[in-house]
Amino acid sequence: MKLSMASSPHNHSHKNLSRLMLTVIAACIPGIIAQCYFFGFGVIVQLILALITASLSEAVMLRIRKRPVWPALSDGSAWLTAVLLAISIPPLAPWWVIVIGTVFAIAMVKQLYGGLGFNLFNPAMAAYVLLLISFPVQMTSWTPVSSLLELPPSLVDQITLIFFEYSTHHKDLLGAMTSVDGTTMATPLDAVKTAVSQNLTVTEAMMGKQFTTYAGIGWMWVNLAFLAGGLFLLKTKVINWHIPVALLGTLALCSAIGFILAPGNHAGTLFHLLSGATMLGAFFIATDPVSASTTNRGRLIYGACIGLLVYLIRNYGGYPDAVAFAVLIMNMAVPLIDHYTQPRTYGHGVAK
Amino acid sequence: MDSLLEQIERGTLWQFPGGVHPPQQKSLSNQQPIARLPLPDKLVLPLKQHIGANGQLLVDVGDKVQKGQALTKPSANWSLPVHAPTSGEIIDIKPMPSAHPSALPELSIVIAPDGNDTWCELSPISNLQELSHKTLIDILHNAGIAGMGGAGFPTYIKADSHQPIEFLVVNGVECEPYITADDLLMREHAQEIVQGIEVMQQLLKPQRVLIGIEDNKPQAIAAMEQACAHNSAILVRSIPTKYPSGGEKQLIRVLTSKEVPSAGIPADIGVLVQNVGTLFAISEAVYKGKPLIERVVTVTGNTINKPQNVWALIGTEIKHLLDCQGFTPVPEQRVVMGGPMMGFTLPTVRIPVVKTTNCILAPDNQELAEPGDEKACIRCSACADACPQTLLPQQLQWFAKSKDYDKLEAYNLFDCIECGACSYVCPSEIPLVQYYRVAKAEIREQKLDQIKAERAKERFEARKERLEREQQERQNKHKRSTSRAAKPDAEKAKVADALARVKQKQGDQSAVQAAIERAKAKKAADGSLEPDNSEVALERARRKEQARQYKEQKHSEDAASSESSNETSSKKDAVAAAIARAKAKKAAQQSEQQNEQPQQAQASESETKKSDDEPRKAAVAAAIARAKAKKAAQQAEQQGETQAEQAAESETNKTDDDPRKAAVAAAIARAKAKKAAQQAEQQGETRAEQTAEPETNKTDDDPRKAAVAAAIARAKAKKAAQQAEQQGETQAEQTAEPETNKTDDDPRKAAVAAAIARAKAKKAAQQAEQQSASQGEHGSDAEPQTPEQKRQAAIKAAVAKAKAKKQAKEQEGNDPS
Repeated sequence: MKLSMASSPHNHSHKNLSRLMLTVIAACIPGIIAQCYFFGFGVIVQLILALITASLSEAVMLRIRKRPVWPALSDGSAWLTAVLLAISIPPLAPWWVIVIGTVFAIAMVKQLYGGLGFNLFNPAMAAYVLLLISFPVQMTSWTPVSSLLELPPSLVDQITLIFFEYSTHHKDLLGAMTSVDGTTMATPLDAVKTAVSQNLTVTEAMMGKQFTTYAGIGWMWVNLAFLAGGLFLLKTKVINWHIPVALLGTLALCSAIGFILAPGNHAGTLFHLLSGATMLGAFFIATDPVSASTTNRGRLIYGACIGLLVYLIRNYGGYPDAVAFAVLIMNMAVPLIDHYTQPRTYGHGVAK
Repeated sequence: MDSLLEQIERGTLWQFPGGVHPPQQKSLSNQQPIARLPLPDKLVLPLKQHIGANGQLLVDVGDKVQKGQALTKPSANWSLPVHAPTSGEIIDIKPMPSAHPSALPELSIVIAPDGNDTWCELSPISNLQELSHKTLIDILHNAGIAGMGGAGFPTYIKADSHQPIEFLVVNGVECEPYITADDLLMREHAQEIVQGIEVMQQLLKPQRVLIGIEDNKPQAIAAMEQACAHNSAILVRSIPTKYPSGGEKQLIRVLTSKEVPSAGIPADIGVLVQNVGTLFAISEAVYKGKPLIERVVTVTGNTINKPQNVWALIGTEIKHLLDCQGFTPVPEQRVVMGGPMMGFTLPTVRIPVVKTTNCILAPDNQELAEPGDEKACIRCSACADACPQTLLPQQLQWFAKSKDYDKLEAYNLFDCIECGACSYVCPSEIPLVQYYRVAKAEIREQKLDQIKAERAKERFEARKERLEREQQERQNKHKRSTSRAAKPDAEKAKVADALARVKQKQGDQSAVQAAIERAKAKKAADGSLEPDNSEVALERARRKEQARQYKEQKHSEDAASSESSNETSSKKDAVAAAIARAKAKKAAQQSEQQNEQPQQAQASESETKKSDDEPRKAAVAAAIARAKAKKAAQQAEQQGETQAEQAAESETNKTDDDPRKAAVAAAIARAKAKKAAQQAEQQGETRAEQTAEPETNKTDDDPRKAAVAAAIARAKAKKAAQQAEQQGETQAEQTAEPETNKTDDDPRKAAVAAAIARAKAKKAAQQAEQQSASQGEHGSDAEPQTPEQKRQAAIKAAVAKAKAKKQAKEQEGNDPS
């Protein structure tokens, strides 16, 4: 009888890559729903654009690199990158923004470095930074919450705004962002930053309509939705607790210290935790296994440094939010961190 | 803070990091009692079923054996006997596929059972306390007990630990899925296991015995608690179910909080681990006198109709187990010996149960899916989270793929216990353990190569040093010898004679001893991973030295005897004896200092002694020397790696009439030798030891015949040289030694002598050809096929070499021409 030979172990946990990636995408759904609710369906359009672009660029790059296309494409990593980038950019950004970003993320940041597992930088964040630097106007034109708008764009309006940068009701994107009182509105983080730079106190800045007691209207809920998704990832053991806890903990600690020392020009802990891309960054971006630290102690350091950088850049840097920059900077430090945080192997460092 | 002992007493358990929870699947096989199987048609008993050496065969094909009879006896260290599992006839003894992942054939005894199952005479022990430590150890040794949990470490070695043992840990964890052999054994034979524990208690005197059992075996825990209720030093501990808590290191951590140092053994921290199966075997051996001839094996998996534990005789083929339990194979069927995490697939079902076989798993393709394709590593470090040894499997994998061996060692690859937890959790289905196994093997191989290279370097340097020293000595020597030659002393010859005789006596004895030791060293080298040829080389060098001494002694004896008969030559003999003595001394020093190198010698020695009126012989000898020198020069030139030591020595003592010819011949030989020596020095690795030593004493007349003979000799030598050339890297031991003693006045004899020399040279060249392949660069492999011949050749070569070297220098100093 012919017997089949294999090397041990003969059993497997049945975890696999595509399931892992799809779980992370699924965990984004609450956040996406919150975004749709508060900022309109533009994000869905962006998602579709990003997924198509990502699939195409991944396939083309694999073909050029003479690698089998379907096995790599079906692992879902490109789709996850597309999703993360699509939910990071303004929902009504022109179509070419997301297309350029996704192509850059997949073709340059991921495939040119050797494909999945070999990229130094987080593809979605590298692309985000590229877009932010190249197209600052489009990338900072984040529409206010729909309820605050003078003329909330309809679904058709949003689609035409994305593809043609105007709609039947709005002459341009800026028009679509005009609020009830006829002024344009910045994101909460931007508003606070601008106010502080104009020697206003944070409290005064947060008197604006787009704020609740703790953070921006809508933004707070989007962050809470991503927090829920993140907890789901922790529960399903897709991610480890180290990075999110270290990141959020450091950010909370720094903002608390800042708030205690100078409450006038420092926003509170909750504002930082529930504004911008904090939760998305903590649970979905910084935990990207490929570009993050791989040891548990290293992850704590990595997460904490990102938290610190986010706080510093938000308060003292030139940009209102800083998750992308902080993540990219720490990506560069990962090899060093990993090298110095090797765990003690069993039987080492004990008296013989 | 409580002491460790108090904490353990209180039932504290510790955690080990990592671990996984694969599906247990134990209920498949733990519902039925342990079954007895019908006798198989044949039993295949590998001689080696444990870590260590084979025993020696005690039986032959056709012998009738009884159940429990020893078939081998332990010979070397770590060697265990195997016993007949039933009565029957030995029908074959041959290599058969072994129960090892490689299935490499292993010498096995095949028994055809006679069906009677008659026991041999057993000697059970009634009173344990009366037995001495040694008797008990011998019982365990002779019962052939090896660790039955996995590795098969000889139990008698463990039980004879010289380190103090604080805790005896009993491993009843059985953390591998599917396997329930230990579970059922504990349920059904808790009493015997506790008896086995008590034997170990008497042997090791541990403070406490800790029995670790996973909490998924409540019945086994209850049975064990009941069985050891009378002994307060034995504590049963139910530990959380987690793979691999049954790993020795992990279990020690869980039960005692201690960690076995890397590259150490548990005894280093006062802990000793025994599997429950082993303890049962100990109890059977001591209280019933039964050797280890059967064990519990779990036969399980979805393709088995009646998954169950069975008592399987050691040597039962897996096929018999599968047939007895009913087996319906699926396409791509796998049959695993061991569990799903660490077991290995069998290439055939015709593999015997051995002492370490705890499970035969025949899964279908749903319960244990075929591994999928390896995908890209996403550095998720799920493997690191699962690793019970706190390694970084992911990093190790990258280093293994890039063959970065230094990094692999820096990341503690060799602390990997190959439990498979990392591969089990890897979402990319990377066969991590397989990468580590390959990397480990490669690193081991590389280390071997390194050792070899270092040894070669040492050898080379030692040789260089020796050559320099020899040259130095030669220079010193000829300065001294000028004065010594002037003082003929019969007394000295006698003393030398006596000394040499004593040496010979010693030599005879130690030659035998050397041969024995050589054989031993060879055997040891075969067994060990690293072939250690230094010992062999040492022995050979010693042997050579003795041979040399013997030879020298013979010479001096000759000299001494001729002294009595021939008064006139006494002076000469004395000189020769003195030279011989000095040579022997020097040779002894040399071989003491250079015990590393098998000498490859090509020597021809023509000695013509006390030829009173034979100028021809001298001429012949001189011609031969010339020819040899030429040949050596050619060799040295053409053979890049040949090792050439060449000396041409012509000794002309008191040449009365016609001194010129001899002097001329000697001068030519000397010149050639010089040239060759220079060449040899220039060619770093060249080595040929060649000696031509014509001694021309009182050459008188008839130069023509000598010239003819010399020409013939030259031609022959040339031919031999060509042969040697063709052999590329030959290390040739070639000896031609025509000895002609006291030839009177016959030119033909010279020719005869030359012919003999020729023939010998030829023969030696042929030998060298034949041996060149096997000798290669490995000194240890260069064992002569016919040791007698070889030794003689070596002796002659060595003598010739020594003489040649010394006297060449002497001559340079002595001879004004």
